Amino acid sequence: MNKQEALFKYLLYLGDNGLVQGHRLSELCSRGPILEEDLAMTNFALDYIGRASAFLKYAAEVEGAGRTEDDLAYKRGERLFYNNLMAELPNGDFAYTMAKQVLIACFEYLLFTELSNSIDETIASVSTKTLKEVRYHFTHARDWCFRLGKGTAVSHAKLQNAFNDLWMYTGELFEMSDWLRLLANEQIGCDLSLLKSKWNEMLNLVLKEATIEVPIGDYMQTGSRQGIHTEYLGHILSEMQYLQRAYPDAKW
Amino acid sequence: MINDTQLDLWEVFIQSRPGHHHTHAGSVHASDKAMALQNARDIYTRRNEGGSIWVIPSKYVAASNPEDSDMFFDPANDKIYRHPTFYAMPEGAKQI
Repeated sequence: MNKQEALFKYLLYLGDNGLVQGHRLSELCSRGPILEEDLAMTNFALDYIGRASAFLKYAAEVEGAGRTEDDLAYKRGERLFYNNLMAELPNGDFAYTMAKQVLIACFEYLLFTELSNSIDETIASVSTKTLKEVRYHFTHARDWCFRLGKGTAVSHAKLQNAFNDLWMYTGELFEMSDWLRLLANEQIGCDLSLLKSKWNEMLNLVLKEATIEVPIGDYMQTGSRQGIHTEYLGHILSEMQYLQRAYPDAKW
Repeated sequence: MINDTQLDLWEVFIQSRPGHHHTHAGSVHASDKAMALQNARDIYTRRNEGGSIWVIPSKYVAASNPEDSDMFFDPANDKIYRHPTFYAMPEGAKQI
């Protein structure tokens, strides 16, 4: 694999994480527990989709095959998506949505802090902008974890269960691959495995304040680096890509 | 009246630019200050409307009573001399 191929895959990875998590959050439109939270979640969805658009646009440029960001989002099969499995998991209940958001936001805070120093100027500038959004995502979800964790016995139990259920998808966030390694060595990407201890530290502070036990369990799901996903991604794509599949290149 | 089941009500004030005053933008539901600020940010500033937010619990707003409006406001109707435009500019004064 040469550097260009690795960079293309890396941009798909960054873009797909935004696109898929953004799509998940957009499903909450009109489903929020209160109007204010409904808007917050759809705002987040737009942040994610905006980020996806920037990375996929750059991916299309790097590939140089005449494809556009839309082609990459809407005309690519499941096995060619590289988002973390965590992103494609369903929203579950509100505690689950917030737990998932905190786990992702802690990771993304560390990731985009590193990537804002990338020697690739496009990655660095998109990451600097993204970092501001992620800091807010983190704060918002963290505060909800505090409220739910220290709320009622029911809200506490729901939040604890959510973290327990999501735990096996956290290992993959830090998993490296040949293309990730290549870009880390070039200082375009970063070594994800080095983010793990800071991530634990950041998350543990949240869990402690929320009176939630750090989940135990070493079994971790894996696969997305090779394009192998949970059963959920196919369903997201069938909905998200429906129009382009049924009416290719439709215009209105 | 329908009971409001969606947390407490807060009034939101947004400052559009530094130096300008905070203007009432609307209200949000929230259970605490931090949530009220975040909800206000998400609802009232996502199209670049401002750079500073104040939130105040609606229950602390004292409002004038509509029944008192004749006593409160009508007496101002016929006091045009309270407007600076009522007075003629002295000759020779460039700025007042």
